[in-house]
Amino acid sequence: MRRTGGGGAMLASLMVLAASFCGSFGVICALLSGSASLWQSAWSVPAGQLSIAIDPLSAVFLLPLFLVFALGSIYGHGYWPQREHPESGRGLRFNYGLLAGAMVLLVVARNGVLFLLGWELMALAGFFLITTEQEKADARRAGFIYLCATHTGTLALFAMFSLLGANTGSLAFPLAGSLATGGTAIFLLALGGFGVKAGMMPLHIWLPGAHAAAPSHASAVLSGIMIKTGIYGLVRVTSFFSEIPPWWGWTILIIGAISGIFGVAFAIAQHDIKRLLAYHSVENIGIIALGIGAALLGRSYHIPQLVLLGMAGALLHVINHGLFKALLFLSAGALIHTTGTREIDQYGGLLRRMPFSGLFFLGGAVAICGLPPFNGFISEWLIYLGLFQTVQGQPLPVSLVLLAMPTLAMIGALAVACFVKVFGVTFLGEPRSEQSRHGHEAPKSMLLAMAGLLISCAWIGLFPTSLAPLLSSAVLSWSSVSAQSLAGPMSPLLLIGISGWVLLSGLALVGFWLWRRARHAPEKVATWGCGFPFPSPRMQYTASSFGDFLVRLFRFGLWSERHGGQVEGVFPARSEFSSHTPDTVLDRLLLPVMAAAAWLFYRIRHLVHNGRVGLYLLYVMLALVVLLTATLP
Amino acid sequence: MLQLLLHLLVLLLFAPLMLGVITKTKAWFAGRIGAPLLQPYWDLLRLWKKGFVFSRTTTWVFRAGPVVGLVIPILAALLIPFGALSAPFSFNGDLILFVYLFGLSRFFTAAAALDTGSSFEGMGAVREVTFSCLAEPTVLFGLIVLARLSDGLALQNLLGPHLSQAWLTMSAPLGLVVVCLLIVVLVENSRIPFDDPNTHLELTMIHEVMVLDHSGPALGMILYGAAMKMMVLGALVVRLVLPLNTGMLWLDLLIFLGGELLLAVLIGVIESIMARLRMPRIPQMLIGTTLLSAFALVLTLR
Repeated sequence: MRRTGGGGAMLASLMVLAASFCGSFGVICALLSGSASLWQSAWSVPAGQLSIAIDPLSAVFLLPLFLVFALGSIYGHGYWPQREHPESGRGLRFNYGLLAGAMVLLVVARNGVLFLLGWELMALAGFFLITTEQEKADARRAGFIYLCATHTGTLALFAMFSLLGANTGSLAFPLAGSLATGGTAIFLLALGGFGVKAGMMPLHIWLPGAHAAAPSHASAVLSGIMIKTGIYGLVRVTSFFSEIPPWWGWTILIIGAISGIFGVAFAIAQHDIKRLLAYHSVENIGIIALGIGAALLGRSYHIPQLVLLGMAGALLHVINHGLFKALLFLSAGALIHTTGTREIDQYGGLLRRMPFSGLFFLGGAVAICGLPPFNGFISEWLIYLGLFQTVQGQPLPVSLVLLAMPTLAMIGALAVACFVKVFGVTFLGEPRSEQSRHGHEAPKSMLLAMAGLLISCAWIGLFPTSLAPLLSSAVLSWSSVSAQSLAGPMSPLLLIGISGWVLLSGLALVGFWLWRRARHAPEKVATWGCGFPFPSPRMQYTASSFGDFLVRLFRFGLWSERHGGQVEGVFPARSEFSSHTPDTVLDRLLLPVMAAAAWLFYRIRHLVHNGRVGLYLLYVMLALVVLLTATLP
Repeated sequence: MLQLLLHLLVLLLFAPLMLGVITKTKAWFAGRIGAPLLQPYWDLLRLWKKGFVFSRTTTWVFRAGPVVGLVIPILAALLIPFGALSAPFSFNGDLILFVYLFGLSRFFTAAAALDTGSSFEGMGAVREVTFSCLAEPTVLFGLIVLARLSDGLALQNLLGPHLSQAWLTMSAPLGLVVVCLLIVVLVENSRIPFDDPNTHLELTMIHEVMVLDHSGPALGMILYGAAMKMMVLGALVVRLVLPLNTGMLWLDLLIFLGGELLLAVLIGVIESIMARLRMPRIPQMLIGTTLLSAFALVLTLR
């Protein structure tokens, strides 16, 4: 009898579930006890110490991690069953668990060596998740680019922790606010190292390919949770300093604005649903960076409310993005599961065949656009309100922070455009291909995972006050804001929750009435085609035609390629059009420059290293002469 | 409670009248008698009594479009003061909720348009979401200017009685903001020069082509919602131009309603004397508006 290994898969899932449950229980207990207890132990690694602690800042990153990992592992049963993937299934499950463990380790670590250990474990587990389908060339390529990017980042982090160690005398993390100024190099190295992981533009090069290549529940974890470790690192490192120079905040604010706008602009130009979602991660990291930048500026200029609201908004967006991005990746996985393709233009009309997956995707789409009554709105609202604190009584340079607000509004509107496109082209209208005509609903295990995430999104949107204490204590552990400023600014959250309920009940009431009234309406007629009697699904708006208007507005940064599309003559012949938007930084800048460098060094090697022994002896002699003259007194 | 009822009553009863006034103004400009002032009410009543026709392509999302389009303006109206009548539901930062509620309504209207599978409606949906991307920063810049001139971050405070004083000291930025918000009102309510609600050529329309396949009460809900949206967004402009507080409820109400009617007349005049802009001109115009409102912000910052 052939062993399918289904029992092992079940066991692996149960272990992830048990670990997540124990982990969340532990985090909640640590939060309720109130004191940030540090646990230390001797360790034979040089300069390292096994010291771990859970403070509210770690908890903000741990809670969505446990939830998404647990639900993703349930989802994996339906999406990547062992009997269909006997080769890759085991590795996927192992690395999935390893990634979770590594991330928990690095988030609770309070020592540089331990942190880097977790960081490297996470990077390698991530690599193996991305190359799960290693027989595919684009998965191998994505994995390789990821490996290069993440190790470049790690190099910067090694340097950063060394400098930090030289500054404090040990590799243990210093207490919040215990370092004086002078951390310019530390900040820049942290920004580079953590920025690569977080996917801040222009360091996002590895992200779109990697998240597209991994299996969907692994993408959900990579995109929703793993890139947040970069944010965690940045937040943790900035908490060490007592005085923050203003240019730190400005740098992060500007990077956030660039990532936000161009992340969503690139997303609009994509036709591959998972690449599109990956670019939205760049956008959301941009929003988080706007919040962090605002909070840093609040510390530089001593505006406690800006610190509180900016950081609370950024941290809540970390949680929110983890939830709704995971939800979107899981429902995209349901689409891929049933149609076998990632091309948006092959979908169409799937809401009839996949009513639940469609509903979950819609919920995720509304949430990621930052629209009420879902969770994305709450975090963006906090960031907005923080930025508004500088509207009065501040000197002119501080008031320039206000410019982040129209940027944020534009990011939101562009996200709406993008998700109307994805949802409309995928789930609405007529099916565009045979696969989507015969689409079927996802298995129950997948639906269960998606439902869990949608409920969490709705919970934060409708009961935002339930997270307010966690957020304010997390901000306090980042930087000590005066206590009396805590309660006031966040009090409207209750009213926002109520307005969400009012909105929902209004919609339910009117919707129910319309449904009653329209129950018996005829549904046999065709859509009005302006008198054209032979409509076909190919006449619908596609993902490219929907995005075209906006892509052309952003052509200065996107550089899309367009092929064909010209119709000539009175009786035009068959004509074709295709468009493609490669990544500007990776495909247009980095790869050509690298190729040129490789070519140059190849030529130089040919010139210098040509196999003539006499020439090599000449090198040796020249080297000796140079060394002798250089060492002469 | 009484205030809430009054607010809702004014909104629900008065909104369609603005459409009637616009039509009447345009007819007067063209030298016609035009439809009676109360015609929009009769239109809504007529649509209310009709049945539905749904395309076989559509799903529940197509029904959700009109529902959201009707509920959102009502909810948004609760956040904004009607002239000197204070908003029934007000908190710090409600202006962001106000802006994002309309984003939600746009999401569902455009999704409902795509649900028909018609390329015309796709066209309308693209235009709607694209132009609002460019209109959104303008609104935010305008709100920042208003927030700078007031104390507090609720729409209630932004549009408070201090505006009459502010006009004396800060007339230039306020004037720019009024112009920009007026343009936003025209864009968001699909009026000439950005969109023509009366043409029957689908290729040139934005909002109208998105709702082409709706019928009966659903279409009525959309039209009613659009009228209320015009009144709610118009309330911003009216309050800015007429920041009078008499303290007498009925007089304040009359001032506000008179202002809304004047706005309707103004829209009618603009529609009569201007042609529609060519489609590629609209983004340029909106970017211009954004810059103008940014300039207004710079003027208040100095």
